[in-house]
Amino acid sequence: MPEPTLNSFLLLSAVLFAIGTAGVFLRRNLITILLSIEVMLNAVNLTFVAVDRFRGTVDGQIIVFFVITVAAAEAAVGLAILIALFRHRESLNPDAFTSLKW
Amino acid sequence: MSLLLIPLLPFLGFLVNATIGSRLSKSTSATVAVAAIGLSFGVASSVVWSLVHVAPVAGVRALDAVVFTWIQSGGLTIPVEFRVDPLSSVMILIITGIGSLIHLYSTAYMHEETDSEYARYFSYLNLFAAFMLVLVLGASFPLMFVGWEGVGLCSYLLVGFWFTKQTAIEAGKKAFVVNRVGDFGFILGMAAIFATFHTLDFQQVAFRVAQLPVETTAGVLTGITLLLFLGATGKSAQLPLYVWLPDAMEGPTPVSALIHAATMVTAGVYLIGRNAVLFGHAPLTLNVVAVVGCLTALMAGTIGLVQNDIKRVLAYSTVSQLGYMFLAMGVGAFAGGIFHLYTHAFFKALLFLGSGAVIHALNGEQDLRRMGGLKKDLPITYWTFLMGTLAICGVPLFSGFFSKDEILGKAFASGHTVLWAIAVLTAFLTATYMFRLLYLAFFGERRAAPVTAGQADDHGHGHVAAHGAHLRDAPPAMAIALVVLAIGSVFAGYVGVPESLGGGNRFEHYLAPSFQAPTMATIEGALTVAAPTIEPAPAEGQESPTPEMALMGVSVVAALSGIGLASFIYLKRPSVADALAERLSGPYRLLVGKYFVDEIYDAVFVQPIKRVSTLFLWRGVDAGLIDGTVNSVGFAVRGLSAVLRRLQTGSVRAYAMSLFAGVVAIVGYFLWR
Amino acid sequence: MDAISFWILATILVLASVLVVGQRNPMHSVFLLILSFAALAGLYILLGAPFAAMIQVIVYVGAIMVLFLFVVMLLNAPTEEATSGDRIRRMFGAGPRHFGAVLSAVFAVELALALIRLASMPMPSADRGAPVATVYDIGLRLFHDYGFAFEATSVLILVAMVGAIVLARREAR
Repeated sequence: MPEPTLNSFLLLSAVLFAIGTAGVFLRRNLITILLSIEVMLNAVNLTFVAVDRFRGTVDGQIIVFFVITVAAAEAAVGLAILIALFRHRESLNPDAFTSLKW
Repeated sequence: MSLLLIPLLPFLGFLVNATIGSRLSKSTSATVAVAAIGLSFGVASSVVWSLVHVAPVAGVRALDAVVFTWIQSGGLTIPVEFRVDPLSSVMILIITGIGSLIHLYSTAYMHEETDSEYARYFSYLNLFAAFMLVLVLGASFPLMFVGWEGVGLCSYLLVGFWFTKQTAIEAGKKAFVVNRVGDFGFILGMAAIFATFHTLDFQQVAFRVAQLPVETTAGVLTGITLLLFLGATGKSAQLPLYVWLPDAMEGPTPVSALIHAATMVTAGVYLIGRNAVLFGHAPLTLNVVAVVGCLTALMAGTIGLVQNDIKRVLAYSTVSQLGYMFLAMGVGAFAGGIFHLYTHAFFKALLFLGSGAVIHALNGEQDLRRMGGLKKDLPITYWTFLMGTLAICGVPLFSGFFSKDEILGKAFASGHTVLWAIAVLTAFLTATYMFRLLYLAFFGERRAAPVTAGQADDHGHGHVAAHGAHLRDAPPAMAIALVVLAIGSVFAGYVGVPESLGGGNRFEHYLAPSFQAPTMATIEGALTVAAPTIEPAPAEGQESPTPEMALMGVSVVAALSGIGLASFIYLKRPSVADALAERLSGPYRLLVGKYFVDEIYDAVFVQPIKRVSTLFLWRGVDAGLIDGTVNSVGFAVRGLSAVLRRLQTGSVRAYAMSLFAGVVAIVGYFLWR
Repeated sequence: MDAISFWILATILVLASVLVVGQRNPMHSVFLLILSFAALAGLYILLGAPFAAMIQVIVYVGAIMVLFLFVVMLLNAPTEEATSGDRIRRMFGAGPRHFGAVLSAVFAVELALALIRLASMPMPSADRGAPVATVYDIGLRLFHDYGFAFEATSVLILVAMVGAIVLARREAR
């Protein structure tokens, strides 16, 4: 089997990111959308760590540290909003929340 | 420095009365106004005194005062500079001196107005004086034009002073608009002068014009002077732009005295006098000036013969006398024209103020047919009015005689015999209608309105006269003014007694330098370029006394026969007047209708312009084009936004997707590169 | 670098992610995501970043995913109803959803293209002397050079906490 190069890691990350964005657009469940966003974030994390290894620094991991922290905060707030929305409309379908239209 | 005070003092008076005047009592407003112009007269007198003692430099005797540089643009520098020389010295003395008397007179005449109206009146009057002084003291065309426009404005304000009266408003508008037509000529002339001579200072222009030959055929100078003359006809009410002056009688009588007798209307004459060298080089224009002046004098004289409103008669007589002044300028007798301007100021102002006293005494009656017998009720008014009438008729020993005679003499001597004859005829008519006025107003018994063939020319300024009420003669303020002016009407002419009668004609010699070009480009002595000798204006030299005595005799005969005719008709056989009117009803109606000039102008100019403006300019351009453009911008925005707002679907996912689409596009772009 | 481990972990990762996006039951999605995170942690260890792997498991899986689970169970999240019709047609039909899917595919292709153009960059392997990043190294860097970011992030977390509480509160009667 061929040795994994940086390129393979980057490709893997790209695929993962694409999967995440597809999920954001395709799914009709708010929770799943949030999960897809987490997938995207993880793809980015993978990129950072891979490049870190390639270059021999640790700055990438520190960035990963912060990304994970921020992802946690974002997930918390996002879920809180989701709960509030659910209470309002009894639905988790994003298309149910379109009152701000022309 | 003191030169600046002359226009500044009345201007300050205007400021005071315009801003806080409504809160001042009448006596305070009056004091401010009269003091402003009175002090200005004092300063003017002292300035003239020093001027007389100044030695001429380069053939020019003048005092200068520069305030600041007004315009500096490219090659054009116009400082705000005032200059007094013999010509303007005469003018400022007239403006401030007679102006002061009129201000004094107004304090009594306008006394029935409210406090704020009173103050407004005096503020306008002071402003008028200030602008007129700027006009005559200005050392360059633009500065003179400032004064020119300013007096036009003040004339509008003062003629339409009683703005609640429809006829007054219209008269004010008419005055301003007709003046504007003339101003158009002035501006074009000014531009042409700058284009030709690259300077707008009077002395510089005169110097440069003197280098050029006299234009015997139509050329640039003729064009320029004709344009300037157009401006002069507007301001000085000559053919074809005289139509505003009779209507301007809607204003208060002191206003008519100041603006339309003594000062503003003389601005046109002054303009020609100020540019004597320029006009001297365009003899074609001078001919036009002389002819126009002469015809105007005749025409106005004929109209004045049949008018029934006391002020109208005087208005037409003013137009006629101005015609004399222009005739003088046109035959090259510049000093003669100014001399007549000077004497005319005295007796015309006197006549207007006298008529004002009559109107004041009769509580607003202005129709001659309802007057009569005032000689015993209003003695001061009568005697001063008589002095003025004798002066205007050119009766010997009165001031008008000397000035009118000089004009007639110069006209004959310069070869314009036809014009001379017309002028003599006009003198005859002047005497006739003035004494008609005198007799109808002051002699006989008080009449009720006569039952004539429906010619109504009534312009009362308020309420109808009360028959048989006790009449009060002029109050002190008015009487002083009348008496002083009467003395002037008699004696003012003696500064210009011609040589043939033993006088030294000092007036003419005093004024002569003003009508010649300076021999240096600047009188500060920067350049010493001698100007070539110029041809003097035609026939200023000594004339042998015999033809002059004969001419004098002719004019005296004309005047006395006019007086005789008037006395015959109006004292002895009043019915003759009505009989003549019946028999010559065609000409009579023509004269009463003022040759229907107003109606012609209305049909030819006013109505078409109104129609074009309404249909094309208003509906077409303004409402259609301009409003349409602005509105269509609004419609376009509205339409566009109606389309664009559909982007707001409310679906967050759609928004996210558009973001993402942008990212994809950008990445794609960089990939592609 | 163990090539085999890489390929196994990568496969698990991708498959799990696809299924996360494809599953209809959100509960299933959450569990599948946990699985993909685990695989990712394994990849981190392969890359010589044990600290990152630990953080991933403890914080991401242990805290965030648990939070998701709580919310899913709290809301009794309904199973997404099945859409009728052909999967392919659904994929490429009209509307922002499907167009977004197309966009993602395009994006993936773009990234792949970009990567193909790059020269091959081999990774240093452990047995060739590449160091493993220890907690010590990370801590040193973090508190020396990224001290401000650290403090700012803590404020961020505080704000997020407060925000979450406020947002999820029931309306006071």
